[in-house]
Amino acid sequence: MQMKTIYTSFEDAVKNIQDGSTIMVGGFGLVGIPENLILALVDSGVKHLTVISNNCGVDDWGLGLLLKNKQIDKMIGSYVGENKKFERQVLAGELEVELTPQGTLAERIRAGGAGIPAFYTPAGVGTPVAENGEVRVFDRKEYLLQTALKADFSLIRAAVGDDAGNLVYNKTARNFNPMMAAAGKITIAEVEQLVETGSIDPDHVHTPGIYVQGMIEGKQEKRIERLTLRQEM
Amino acid sequence: MVKQLDKASVRERIARRAEKEIESGYYVNLGIGMPTMVANYIQEGKQVVLQSENGLLGIGKSPLKTEVDPDLINAGKETVTAQIGASYFSNAESFAMIRGEHLNLAILGGMEVSETGDLANWMIPGKMIKGMGGAMDIVHGAKKIVVIMDHVNKHNEPKILKKCSLPLTGKQVVNRIITDRAVIDVEEDGLMLVEVAEGWTAEEIIASTEAELRISEHLQPGAY
Repeated sequence: MQMKTIYTSFEDAVKNIQDGSTIMVGGFGLVGIPENLILALVDSGVKHLTVISNNCGVDDWGLGLLLKNKQIDKMIGSYVGENKKFERQVLAGELEVELTPQGTLAERIRAGGAGIPAFYTPAGVGTPVAENGEVRVFDRKEYLLQTALKADFSLIRAAVGDDAGNLVYNKTARNFNPMMAAAGKITIAEVEQLVETGSIDPDHVHTPGIYVQGMIEGKQEKRIERLTLRQEM
Repeated sequence: MVKQLDKASVRERIARRAEKEIESGYYVNLGIGMPTMVANYIQEGKQVVLQSENGLLGIGKSPLKTEVDPDLINAGKETVTAQIGASYFSNAESFAMIRGEHLNLAILGGMEVSETGDLANWMIPGKMIKGMGGAMDIVHGAKKIVVIMDHVNKHNEPKILKKCSLPLTGKQVVNRIITDRAVIDVEEDGLMLVEVAEGWTAEEIIASTEAELRISEHLQPGAY
């Protein structure tokens, strides 16, 4: 069994990420983000990043921290409305944004990891997303051509990982993480729990170890964006 | 008097009417905001599975304080629970499910709808663009797309137009519009007024709608 690089410091885990890199960062909102890897990137001071992630964190957590530090030159995502700093940087011309429909983003990343250079989707036809795009008709319906996304590094989060790189996610913390694992040239997984190889049932593996190059165990804060409760009856 | 409904009552009226679109056995995606409220009115006995595009099929109730799992949220980033029989999956799988037309129904909010069923609900030029999220995919996904919104905007101007003035979310995607005043179907040759809400007349609906409305032979006045 191929053993993976197991880091013991988050600083080491991100030290190969250089200025100008394209990185994918897992998560939906603040759920399933590699919290400690992001913090290490902030500390590293790496600049001119292109970041591919569904959202851009909030002002004081997640990718919002990289934004605050002006480490991001370009952001590719589907919804950035939770972050006020975003607006200021876009208007000041400090930050380039490419907004992509969420399903298209997920599929572009999936395609990137699956050797599919481009695909057609109905999403965005007749909208600003299709400006300058290639539209083609299949079976009397219009579809828009979209190209795959790849990254120099993918930083992802899983609940459990073994030494062979096999990953298991928890609930909706899975989101973009599996596709990003495959679409990164180097994928570093921050796991909540690192277990001995063999202790994950092969039938229960969500991301096969082949997609993962490095791993590190860490403790997450798991901040909640919108705590919504029902009252005890 | 009915016309003086406060905002919360208007939203409840729309949500309750929208609930009637949901049949037992349906898989449904509810958009963020008012559409999410529709879940509160689903009648007991209806077997409904709600999909959340961030990777959950089978959204349950909001959690009790003791049940909160920070890893379990809906697409509006609110904490939720999963109902018995639920499943989790990636966003790629989630949108494959959506684009593959496996959902029976999606209920979405709207800023403008045109007489050909174009929908605008994601950006206002000149204001900060927050992003379209999953809306552009979802409008091409479910077998039936229902848009729920106020009949007119805060300046009392129609939101159901001949042509949308705002950038589109999708072209020719809406099947039915439910507002606080009426239910309108998008048909091949234009819009058809099928229901009028209590307190309104068909003439008032026509007057507050820019697009041409035909009146259904089976028009239901005072329907909700």
